Amino acid sequence: MDTAVTQQRPVLSQLGAIDCDVHPDAPGRDDLLPYFDDYWREIVTTRDVDRLELTNFPTRTKPFFREDWKKTEGKGVEKLRKNLLDPYGLKYAILNCVTAVHAIYDPYLATAVCRATNDWLKAEWLDRDPRLRASLVLPMQNPEAAVEEIERFAGDKRFVQVLALCMGEMPLGRRIYWPIYEAAQRHGFALGVHAGSAYRHAPSQSGFLSYLAEDYVHQIQGFAAQVGSFVAEGVLGKFPDMKIVLIESGVSWLPGQMWRMSKDWRGARIEIPWVKEPPSALVRRQIRMTTQPFDAPRDPAELERIIEHLDCDDMLLFSTDYPHAQFEGEAAIPAGFPERLLDRLVRDNALATYPRLPRNSGLED
Amino acid sequence: MNQAVLEKDTTLEKEGEARLGIVDCDIHPAFGSPTELAKFLPLRWRDHLADYGQRSANPVVGTLPYPRMTPGNGMRRDAWPPNGGPPASDLAYLQEQLLDPLGIEYGILQPLAAGSSTLNQELGAAMCAAVNDWQLDKWTGPDPRLKASICVTQEDATAALAEIEARIGDRSFAQIAIPPRTIEPAGRRRYWPIYEAAEHYDMPIGMHSAAYGQHTNSGAGWLNFYIEEHYAFSHSLQSVVTSMVFEGVFERFPKLKLVVVEGGFAWAAPLMWRLDKQWERMRSEVPHVKRPPSEYIRENVWFTTQPIEEPENNRHLLDTLRWVGTDRLMFSTDYPHWDFDDPRYAFKVPLSPTERARIFRDNAKSVYRLP
Repeated sequence: MDTAVTQQRPVLSQLGAIDCDVHPDAPGRDDLLPYFDDYWREIVTTRDVDRLELTNFPTRTKPFFREDWKKTEGKGVEKLRKNLLDPYGLKYAILNCVTAVHAIYDPYLATAVCRATNDWLKAEWLDRDPRLRASLVLPMQNPEAAVEEIERFAGDKRFVQVLALCMGEMPLGRRIYWPIYEAAQRHGFALGVHAGSAYRHAPSQSGFLSYLAEDYVHQIQGFAAQVGSFVAEGVLGKFPDMKIVLIESGVSWLPGQMWRMSKDWRGARIEIPWVKEPPSALVRRQIRMTTQPFDAPRDPAELERIIEHLDCDDMLLFSTDYPHAQFEGEAAIPAGFPERLLDRLVRDNALATYPRLPRNSGLED
Repeated sequence: MNQAVLEKDTTLEKEGEARLGIVDCDIHPAFGSPTELAKFLPLRWRDHLADYGQRSANPVVGTLPYPRMTPGNGMRRDAWPPNGGPPASDLAYLQEQLLDPLGIEYGILQPLAAGSSTLNQELGAAMCAAVNDWQLDKWTGPDPRLKASICVTQEDATAALAEIEARIGDRSFAQIAIPPRTIEPAGRRRYWPIYEAAEHYDMPIGMHSAAYGQHTNSGAGWLNFYIEEHYAFSHSLQSVVTSMVFEGVFERFPKLKLVVVEGGFAWAAPLMWRLDKQWERMRSEVPHVKRPPSEYIRENVWFTTQPIEEPENNRHLLDTLRWVGTDRLMFSTDYPHWDFDDPRYAFKVPLSPTERARIFRDNAKSVYRLP
């Protein structure tokens, strides 16, 4: 995109941009208390279940957050409006509440916190601004309860996606999760896979890393493993109407993996006879990616090369990763992004990915 | 027009083929029989192996946890020697099928049966020593085109150093071999004595993809299928590079040479972009890392090419080559494994004579200090 960075806001506003990765402040116990029943209210109070932050995304990490956004007065929806929704003229913003609920061991506690979190999202965010949409936080530790949670919110179309971590208990292609995908597909939810680890396993094949910077680098391995798992286990063919969105993935690692997996598939497909097409074809049909961060060289011309390697005009979904520090100024669309794909990037691909978004989301609406 | 370019380059490649001696950076020598190593082992360990076997973190004995698609645990079907024994266990046939017809000037042996991943580390050290003797006896002695790897037990740095000292004078050895799936991230200080020796003796560290380790093969848990595991090999190599950069290994040992083997290389470019970005963003966490990670990688790290990525549009590989740099790439076949890359066909894009010489010969000759 040749547009100067200072001109991105009008462009986004004019196109009716949909931001596919926005983070609400993670709720603490006091925020969630009204949404627990009596038993769980007492449990979380007595047992000191409070702040639930993933160790690999601690909110204290200074370089993760944008100073200018942090300084804005207010909190919650009000602050989000001032920093993002209004100035960028967003049509919709999808809230991904990524917390350590995914890392809780007790499946019943995880379920209770997920339920409270979703009710909190609804009351404190969705009900307060018509532009907001959200991902349902699901207790993947308890697939049965995860399905119930999908059913509970099936009627509220402001929830457009269900959310899992890229490094959880098991690779997400495993059959144990299929009932969740069955319910998600039936109700038109996309499956969002967000960066983050529940630390059930070390993020590397050589154990836990010394530095947070390395940990963040390793998220791409988690995403790549999930793509391999979705392909090999047959999830992509089995649930063809459910798009899978890789959120905060870095993007540029995917072409190389598609090339390798398709090559390997030609030689090793007897192992997974249910996979009838090259993995790259399956991935392009069903896997989607948000665009912040976008790991690329400084030269904007190279970004276009990467997008050509992805070879899928439907794949990329606009995101800011608000309030995280991924880009400077208003340059939310990566420099060098091709003009011809702009409509798709900021709006049309999201509409195709999330069938629960209102259909008439164009300019005229 | 594209076709014309391709045609022209194909001619060049064919002409070059006859002249260009190739260095194959990944050949897997095999034992002719399960007891072939025994004569290189002390009696104590021979008895131990007979009574207890060689325990590793592989959960299954007798079968690979991710069974391969072809007999011999994933061998080329045409690589079985006519005189018997498994693929790459017979020097004459290896010469006949690989070295002679493909013009391999040098081949780097990457023994996979070494003791590096053996849980009993004392046994592991003995096995490494035996494998090192075996490489000299069976392979590099009879055919000096072949170069051996000093196999060491990386988890016991003291034993590793002793083995390095014992072998370093013999130029039949071209590198120090360590599996990338170390118990701790490869940049941790417990491994520094090995890197210090490697730098001191100007011996590259070769890290070849390993089929098992002591941690899950993904941060999301164990993968179910070989096709997933096979790709995840490249992740262990990414972790090696990441950890060695961020722990400051290349800052402390600026002349250290690291070769990562059998993971392909397309991932190296996006990894460098990501590393640089995170370094920039979080420098205050790693003040000992003085320069952008990609700078260390472009000076200290080389990638062998097999299994080369094959884009649907061949020409996309040209971008990858430009991004990674043809000065970082070293050709490898992975003989005799099923996904062998043939030097005549592996690169489906035109390469200039200089690029070709670098990838197929010159980079490896310089890294391994081959005459």
